[in-house]
Amino acid sequence: MKPAPFTYHAPTTLAEALDALDRVGEDGKVLAGGQSLIPMLNMRLASPAHLVDINGVAGLGTVDVDATGVRIGALARHAQVAGHDAAHSVVPLLRQALQLVAHPVIRNRGTTVGSLAHADPSGEMTAVLSLLGGSMDLARKGAARTVPAAEFFVGPLESCLEPGEMAVSAWFPVPPPRTGTTFREVARRHGDYAMCGVAAAVTLDADQRVLSARTSYISMTATPLVLDLTEAVAGKPFDAADWAAAGQLSADQLDPEPDIHATADYRRHLGVVLTRQALTDAATVAAAQPQGATR
Amino acid sequence: MTTKQFGAPVQRTEDVRLLKGNGRYLDDLGQDALAAAFVRSPHAHARIVDIDVTDALEVEGLVAIYTHEDLPGRVGEPLPLLIPHPAIVAGRTGYALAKDRVNHVGEPIVMVVASDRYVAEDVCGRITVTYEVLPPVVGVETARDAKHLVHEDVAGNVAGHLVQEVGDAPAAVDSAPHTLELDLKVERSACIPMEGRGVYARWDADDESLRIYTSTQTTTGVRAAVATKLDLPLNRVECIAPDVGGGFGVKIMHPWPEEVLVPWAARLLDREIKWTEDRREHFVSSAHERGQVQKVRVGFDDEGRVLGLDVKIWHDNGAYVPYGLIVPIITSTQLLGPYKPGAYKVEFWSLYTNTVIVTPYRGAGRPQGVYAMERTMDAIADYLGKDRVAVREANFIQPDEMPYDHHMIFQDGRPLIYDSGDFPGSMDKLKALVGWQDFEDYREQARAEGRRVGIGVACYVEGTGVGPYEGGHVVVESTGKVVVSTGLTSQGQGHETVFAQIVADELGVPLEDIKVTTGDTRKMGYSVGTFASRAAVMSGNAIGIAARNVRTKALRIAGEALEVDPGDLEIVDGIVRVKGSPTSSMPLGTVAVLSNPLRYAFDTASQAATQFVVGDPDKPPVAEDDEPGLEDRDFYSPAQSTYANGMHAVIVETDPETAEIKILRYCVVHDCGNIINPMIVEGQIHGGVAQGVGGALYERMEYDENGQLLNASFMDFLMPYVTEVPDRIEIDHLETPSPLNPLGIKGAGEAGVIPSAAVFASAIEDAEGFTITSMPISPSELYALRQRFAAGEIPALRGRSATASTATTPTPVTEATTR
Amino acid sequence: MTDQQAEQTFPITLSVNGVPRTAEVPARRLLSDCLRHDLRMTGTHVGCEHGVCGACTVLVDGAPMRSCLMFAVSAQGSEITTVEGLADGETLHPVQQAFKECHGLQCGFCTPGFLTTISAVLDDNPEPTREEAVEAVSGNLCRCTGYQNIVASVLRAAEITRERSAVAIDEAGR
Repeated sequence: MKPAPFTYHAPTTLAEALDALDRVGEDGKVLAGGQSLIPMLNMRLASPAHLVDINGVAGLGTVDVDATGVRIGALARHAQVAGHDAAHSVVPLLRQALQLVAHPVIRNRGTTVGSLAHADPSGEMTAVLSLLGGSMDLARKGAARTVPAAEFFVGPLESCLEPGEMAVSAWFPVPPPRTGTTFREVARRHGDYAMCGVAAAVTLDADQRVLSARTSYISMTATPLVLDLTEAVAGKPFDAADWAAAGQLSADQLDPEPDIHATADYRRHLGVVLTRQALTDAATVAAAQPQGATR
Repeated sequence: MTTKQFGAPVQRTEDVRLLKGNGRYLDDLGQDALAAAFVRSPHAHARIVDIDVTDALEVEGLVAIYTHEDLPGRVGEPLPLLIPHPAIVAGRTGYALAKDRVNHVGEPIVMVVASDRYVAEDVCGRITVTYEVLPPVVGVETARDAKHLVHEDVAGNVAGHLVQEVGDAPAAVDSAPHTLELDLKVERSACIPMEGRGVYARWDADDESLRIYTSTQTTTGVRAAVATKLDLPLNRVECIAPDVGGGFGVKIMHPWPEEVLVPWAARLLDREIKWTEDRREHFVSSAHERGQVQKVRVGFDDEGRVLGLDVKIWHDNGAYVPYGLIVPIITSTQLLGPYKPGAYKVEFWSLYTNTVIVTPYRGAGRPQGVYAMERTMDAIADYLGKDRVAVREANFIQPDEMPYDHHMIFQDGRPLIYDSGDFPGSMDKLKALVGWQDFEDYREQARAEGRRVGIGVACYVEGTGVGPYEGGHVVVESTGKVVVSTGLTSQGQGHETVFAQIVADELGVPLEDIKVTTGDTRKMGYSVGTFASRAAVMSGNAIGIAARNVRTKALRIAGEALEVDPGDLEIVDGIVRVKGSPTSSMPLGTVAVLSNPLRYAFDTASQAATQFVVGDPDKPPVAEDDEPGLEDRDFYSPAQSTYANGMHAVIVETDPETAEIKILRYCVVHDCGNIINPMIVEGQIHGGVAQGVGGALYERMEYDENGQLLNASFMDFLMPYVTEVPDRIEIDHLETPSPLNPLGIKGAGEAGVIPSAAVFASAIEDAEGFTITSMPISPSELYALRQRFAAGEIPALRGRSATASTATTPTPVTEATTR
Repeated sequence: MTDQQAEQTFPITLSVNGVPRTAEVPARRLLSDCLRHDLRMTGTHVGCEHGVCGACTVLVDGAPMRSCLMFAVSAQGSEITTVEGLADGETLHPVQQAFKECHGLQCGFCTPGFLTTISAVLDDNPEPTREEAVEAVSGNLCRCTGYQNIVASVLRAAEITRERSAVAIDEAGR
């Protein structure tokens, strides 16, 4: 289990990195944290001819926070983002989800943007970006574009990134006021990819009644699925809403595939259960915060 | 007196080396050696049509490429069938490199030697093998159907078939007041040590000798096998096990293809060569275990006493049977556990499949046997509405029946006679430890909180310390330091420490003055290996005997020098002294000097042993019946195995919604005879229980119908992390010494893992109220069972008296007839 | 035939356990292999080469990382701490001492990864709860010990650190 040979590029500026990617095109792959890529290289499941190692590129390891959201740079490690108190205060779902990404040591090296670019439908951050309606900032030599989450994920392990292009940052907008979020998942072992995971966001009105209840899922669909389940609970007081009905409402829309760890039936069942649990928790979080604040 | 070491929780002498990163494991050696890698079959069953290496020849760093046709003489013949047995109907073993056919994914076909492993893998990637794919046989049922054959000339895919019978069990079942039938299944798992296999060989062309380092559980076995294959005299081959990163059975299998090929190529090329197995190779090219399908018919009376037990076992042995039928033989004999059925018949078929070979994994067939028996005990209890423990107690062999002869033949070809044990006493301890009587209150309390809990219990007896023998060599050096060696190997069991404890007590020397070497044929050429919880029993006793002989000799020599009766001497802190008169004394090192009459002095101390200083001029310096040196080598070879035993209980909680299974408590009562080091014994139990948890709830080999192993990685083969094991393993010991050996020990290495599948099945069944017949079990599978249960497709348990289940429907557990 | 030419190599400089070390490695050389085979520091072990087992964990600029999931060239200029760098001469690191006292190791193969990981966790959190001790080792596989004594070792290591600093303060006060 040793990687096949490749030509190594070690740019020190973004321009150099984009230049290198432009030159190598389809034969190139960006190396950031490498926590998903290098296992595939070691097993020779992937053997790109060129690796563009961006670990030496200055200015990419940023976490920028303002009142509207959190922008995470391509080299910000999971642990760095999870530990970022300012980011947590505006988008708590980041830390809630990142705690479930693999194990702490992997989070020390793995990058949040890298895991999004990897587009693994089991990756927690794909659900977070999708639920929050975030976007990806992509760049190529001489051009840049911003792609909403809904368009970024194209298929399992497939994003809309084109040859020569790289993900420079990810944007996680602050949810509306009086919104509570949670992330719940069931994995075979602690730290494993979940058999099913649900990110939930519940927004209440000033009277603690449900304005909106939305969920997104991992390990259930080829690309992140976002469900608006508000109709089951709209206008109900957060603590009297029928969250189980919201869970049931998700059932018809979940059509997971089986794998060696879980049947499709079981996965769907988990989806329903976790939807209810995550929404209940999110509503409680939303209700507990001071009026006008976001938690 | 020096503090007694036997029985003390002594910290391990091997630890400082290992903790500082100074261990030497296989891949730490041979830094300048060439690297080997293998092209392995991607197909479960295929004919090799062509091997094209053209594209690989240009790779910079390539040294050699070998296929089967390059292998001369015995190297190219099939690998040995290690343990012949009359019940082997058609024994087939593989070749070091596949000849014409491959019979499982991962079978080696081409060997590549290159400058390093990276390059060797590049070369492998450029070799094209053309196959004609044949229909694969995967799983017991497919093998049994025998629509396709693994080996063309082996009818029914049957490698072995054995019947053992005590009394007329079928008749006893038929005439019993009650009968039950159970169809049971256990899936495949594997040892998966953290360090895979590895071999490093050096050929000395001047000396025409070979040195092999291998990550093995038997250096003498590998040495003999390689010497035979390479047609070398045994004394031209040295085999050494360096630090070994876990074994659990997979490294007792030998010689692996790589253990033959690496030394062969090292000699051929006259270059050092090393092969370090990677994780993916380990999954598809080493060995697995556990997979069985079982059918139990049992007849019993109103008290639950088993009058007749008739068991059929279909054992998946994989593509070849190099290790013989040991695993199913153990299953079929150790199934009996602490019980004495009126009549017993067991019949097994060992079947070929196009999957990785099956050789012993910690427990070696016992977990499956215990599973069959304990599932049966639970079924009887449920059927009769009796307490599960009470039914077991009604079947126990009693202490006054020891030694107990089952009138069967065990895996070592010797009679199955239990030497010792107090099963009712152990069960009393377990009931007290887990609070068996109070569980119903706890269940009610949990139920009130909306929680679902269950308790399980399982018992086992484990034949340990199997022969034929082990040796011990003990030398006192002139420095007073003691050097001990034994031939069997170590994989983390703390042998360096426990063997030193034994010697410390016999010789009265401090632990830090004792150095123990294991698994090095240069130090001890006669040995069997480390398996079957045998190291402490076999080498422990051999070393104990040798140390005692050294003590006798030391006292004799010191007695002569001090002019006192040896019986009046004692050894304390490395000093031989007259009891009650400590001033008259002599260091053990000086005794060692005197034991070796010298012509030439090499230092001040040795002057004392030269011929003008000591000795009676009228006698030979070394008496006829004596040898120079304060040392002894002796062997321990018992007539039969010892039998350790234990009982486990577990309390689980099953999530009513997600079907996740959580361990609330895990309790162990354990009897391994006299304990040399309780800290190490408990560590062995902890590790065994964790592997048991893995085997019961997480681990399985997921083969698809094409024989592809779908989870050949640590991502998908789910070994427990710390988060999956119980927070605490509660242990109580019962020490009934074995009467069979001087130290009274019975072995502890495998104990923790043996009853796991059984005890978890028992607890989950108890929590859920329906029968569990297949292990391991995942949340997904438990959910599916709940669905089937809700749909009425599987019956509820009948309910119990003492530990009533959640189910109330009075439906029989399985097909049952009442007379 | 370009791909059959000798592979390009890169000079790298790492500080390993405080000692500057240089090596000339191909880009694909894993940091684990570089440490073990180029620098011949074999205390770091390789158990899976896909980042799951944790045996190869080393500290990179103080943070525990999988050395099998990093290329040596990417570590250029980093401060690396391996298991060989934990002890202070003959004095075992508190984590090493705790493993010895608590029987936290059996075969010892996974141990280096546990030791490096735990040492970093204790630097950040000198008084972990049992739950935090479990979390600290939750990404490392051990096949021998069943983890019972490893968790005990984490807690004991924290205790030893406190004991030693108490002694140091006491001695400094004299």
